[in-house]
Amino acid sequence: MLGYALRRLVLATPLLVGITFVSFLVIHLAPGEPVDIQSDESSTRSDAKIRQLLTETYGLDKPLHVQYWSWLTRLVRLDFGRSFSPDARPVLQKIGERLPVTLLLNIVELMIIVVLAIPIGVLSATRQYSTFDKITTIFVFVGFATPDFWLALMLMILFGVQLGWLPISGLRSPTWEYLAFWAQQWDFAAHLALPILVATFGGLAGFSRYMRQAMLEVVRQDYIQSARAKGLAESVVIGKHALRNALLPIVTVLGLSLPGLIGGSVIVESIFAIPGMGQLMVQAVFERDYPVIMGNLVIVATLTLVANLIADLTYSLVDPRIRVAARRSRR
Amino acid sequence: MRCGVVRLSGLLLLIALAGCGGEGESALDVAAGQAPGKPAYGDTYIEALQGNISGLIPNVLSDGPSFEVASMLYNGLVRYDKDLNLRGELAESWQYSRDCLDLTFKLRRNVRWHDHQPFTAADVVFTYETMVNPKTPTAYGGDFKAVESVQVVDPYTVHVRYKHPSAKALQSWSIWILPKHLLESYAREGKLREAPQNRANPVGTGPYLFKEWKPGEKVVLVANPEYFEGRPYISRVVYRIIPSSATTFLELKAKGVDGAKLTALQFKRQTEYPAFRKAYTKYQYAANVYVYLGMNLRDARFADRRVRQAFAHAIDKREIIDGVRLGLAREATGPYKPGTPQYNPNVHQYPYDPAKARALLAQAGWTETNADGILVKHGVPFKFDLLSAQGSDEGRKVAEIIQASLKDIGVQAEIRVIEWAALLKEYIKKRNFEGVILAWGITPDPDQYDIWHSSKQGPDELNRIGYANPEVDELLEKGRSTCVEADRKKYYDRLQEVLAEDQPIVFLYFRDGLPVVSSRVRGIVPAPIGINYNFNEWFVPLNLHRYTAG
Repeated sequence: MLGYALRRLVLATPLLVGITFVSFLVIHLAPGEPVDIQSDESSTRSDAKIRQLLTETYGLDKPLHVQYWSWLTRLVRLDFGRSFSPDARPVLQKIGERLPVTLLLNIVELMIIVVLAIPIGVLSATRQYSTFDKITTIFVFVGFATPDFWLALMLMILFGVQLGWLPISGLRSPTWEYLAFWAQQWDFAAHLALPILVATFGGLAGFSRYMRQAMLEVVRQDYIQSARAKGLAESVVIGKHALRNALLPIVTVLGLSLPGLIGGSVIVESIFAIPGMGQLMVQAVFERDYPVIMGNLVIVATLTLVANLIADLTYSLVDPRIRVAARRSRR
Repeated sequence: MRCGVVRLSGLLLLIALAGCGGEGESALDVAAGQAPGKPAYGDTYIEALQGNISGLIPNVLSDGPSFEVASMLYNGLVRYDKDLNLRGELAESWQYSRDCLDLTFKLRRNVRWHDHQPFTAADVVFTYETMVNPKTPTAYGGDFKAVESVQVVDPYTVHVRYKHPSAKALQSWSIWILPKHLLESYAREGKLREAPQNRANPVGTGPYLFKEWKPGEKVVLVANPEYFEGRPYISRVVYRIIPSSATTFLELKAKGVDGAKLTALQFKRQTEYPAFRKAYTKYQYAANVYVYLGMNLRDARFADRRVRQAFAHAIDKREIIDGVRLGLAREATGPYKPGTPQYNPNVHQYPYDPAKARALLAQAGWTETNADGILVKHGVPFKFDLLSAQGSDEGRKVAEIIQASLKDIGVQAEIRVIEWAALLKEYIKKRNFEGVILAWGITPDPDQYDIWHSSKQGPDELNRIGYANPEVDELLEKGRSTCVEADRKKYYDRLQEVLAEDQPIVFLYFRDGLPVVSSRVRGIVPAPIGINYNFNEWFVPLNLHRYTAG
C-alpha cells in the first residue's frame, strides 16, 4: 500500500510540471500585460519609463521559456516569487492570509452538506416517490437552479435589512476590537452564517442526488434481498448492509471536491465582501499578476492530484473487495 | 475599479468605463439643510470602498482606493482648496521669480511625522529625488521633468530651479511628501514597493494615523492628535472593502456603513423614500470623468471633419444621459468640466439634428445608399466596429444608443465588447480600432498636452486617435510654458473652440459623482472640488455618536 502510494506520487511529478507549463503558456498568451494595466489604468503620463522599468523588474522582456525556467527553478525551492501588484508582497503571504477564511467557509459548508445530504438521499431513496421524496426533489432542484447572488441578496434583505438579525457582509463588525472574547467569536460566526447558508443550499442538491441514486442502485441488489430474507430488521438492512455500499461512490465525489476547498466562490465572496481566495484569484487575473495566478494554480493542481490519490486509497479502505483483489493479484 | 484623483499632479487619467465613480469631484448641489449641532470629538466613520487598496506609499501606486486612503495619511507642499485654487499645505508660502524659473517654498515649522520626527526641507528634497530616480516605479516622475535642481536653503526653505518655465510647476508639488529618515534606503534601491511601510505602519504628516490594514477587508485609521491643522473631530475612520454595489447599498440601508458612492439607479430610484432621506444626505456633482466616442483619425472616413461633425449632430447626448445615467450627468462640449474656471461655454455646439448630420455626410461624399439603407461611397458601405470595455454596463449602453442613432443617418456600427486589458493591448495601443467608447479622467490643471498634441502618438502615448492640428499644438505648448494664470486662460479658451469645431472625438458627458453620507455627520460643505476636501472638519454632535468605543 505504501509502495503504491509512493509510486503514484512519483508519477504525479511530471504531470504537475506539465500542468504548470501549459498554464504558464496560456496565461502569458492572454492579451494584456501587468505593466499595461499598471501604467495605463490611471497614470500613463505617456512615460514609457515605468513600463520599461516594470518589464525589466518582472523579467517580462525575456523569452517565455527562460521566464518559465526561472520560475520553475525558484518553485523547486518553494519560492513562489513576489506579486506583480504594486504591493510587491510574496505570493505565499498573499495566499496565506486569504486561505484560512476560504478553508473555514468551505469545510463548514462541506460538513453541513454531507451531514444533511446523506440522510436526505437515503430517506428519499428508501421512500422513493413518497411525499418526502417529492418535496426534497423539488427543494433540491430549486436549490440547484437558484442563482447564488440572487439568493444571497434576498437573504441579506430579509435577515440583514428587514429583520436585522444578521450582519450583511464582511467578516467582523466595525467595533470588533472592542468586544469581549466570546462576543468576538459570536460576531464572527454571525457574519459567516449567510455565506455558508447560500453556499450550502446550492451544494446540497448535487450530493443528496448522488446519495439517492447510489442508494437506489444498492437496494435493488440481491444481497439486500437476502438480508431481508434472513429476517433482519429494515433499519439494519438499510443502515448497515445498504448504506456502506452506497457510500462508495460518495467517497470518490468527496475526494474530488477537496481541491475545491481552497478555491473560493467568487460570487459568494464578492457579494458578501469576504476577502478569500476567489477574490484574490479574480483580481490577479484582471491585473495579470502572473506569480499569484501561478502560485494558486500550483497549489490547486497539487491538491487535486493528492486528493485523487487519497480517494483511491480510501476506496480500498472502505471497500474490502478491492483490498482482497489487490492481495490476490499480488500472489 | 480605479478612479481619477484630484490630488495627483496634472496628469490625465485614462479610465476604464467599468464602474469608476470618480471622486475627483467638483461642485454643486447639496440636498439637505442640516441643523448644525456642536462640534465634538469622537465617533467612527465607515466608508465603503469598491476596490482593495494596493499599498500605503501612494507615490508608487496608481489606483483610486489607495489614493483615497493615502490622502488622509500624507500631505503635499501644496494642495487644491475647495475652489480648485492651490494653497499651501506643508508649505507656508511660496514665491516665483519673475522669469518663472525659480520657485522658493517656505515650509511650516513644527510639523512632525507620525513617528514624532520633525518634518524638514530634507524630506522634500528626498521626495523629489525619489520621484526622479529612474529605479522608482512611479508613474508621476514626468511631473518633475522640467526641474533642474532642488536645494535645501535652510531646514525650512526649499529652492527649486526650473530649466524652462512650466505652468504645472507649482501643482506638481502636491505630490505626497515621504519621510526621508524611514524610506531612504529603500528609495535608493528602487524598492519602495517592497518597503514595510507600503504594507503596514506608513508614516506621513497627515490628519490620520495608520492603525490596521486587512487586505480585501478593511483599512482602519485613527485621528492624529498632533495634526498641524488641529486634531480631526472624527476619531476613527474605517474603510470597508465591498466589491458589490448591491451589497454596499444594503449595508447603507442597514446602517452598516456611513458613506458610500451610489450608482445612478440607486441614487435616482432606490433612495427616494423618507427613511433613507432622513438617515443619509445625498450629494451630486460633476465628477472629473467624461465619456466620449473616439474615432481613429488614421481612417480616411474619420479623417474628414465633416463626418465627425455629422456624428456629433446625429448623437443625442441628452438621450444618452437620460438612458444611461438616468439624467445624472452633464453634457460635455469639450474636455473641461462645466462650472470650473477653465470651462469655455462659448464654443460651437452640436444640437441633435439628424437632417444636418445627413447633409454633412453628403458633403463628405456619402451620397448613395444601398438596399439596407446604409450609405455607400465608391461602392463601400459605411460600416465600422464600435468597441467597448467588458464589465462596463455603461459603455455598452452608450454604444447601443450610438449604434441606433447612427443607423438613422445610414451608418452601421457593429458593437464589440472586449475585456479591458485585451482592448488596451490589442486594439487601442496597436491603433487597431475604428470607433471606441472610452472615458478620460481630467485633473484641475487644464494642461492636456499628452492627449491632443500631435507629437504624442507613440505606441504608449495618449494621443491614440492620431489627432494633429498645428494650432492646437501651439496652444498646448504656450499653455504649459508660463506661470501666469491669466495668460493660460486665453490659450485654453481658444483650445476649446478649436476642439469643438474639429470634434476629434465626440464629447458625450461628464458623469456625476453620487456620494451619500450619514446625516449624523456635520460640517460637510460641498464645493467645486467635492466634499472630501475638509474631512478633518467633519464632526458628529455628541448626542448623535453611534460608535462610542474608540
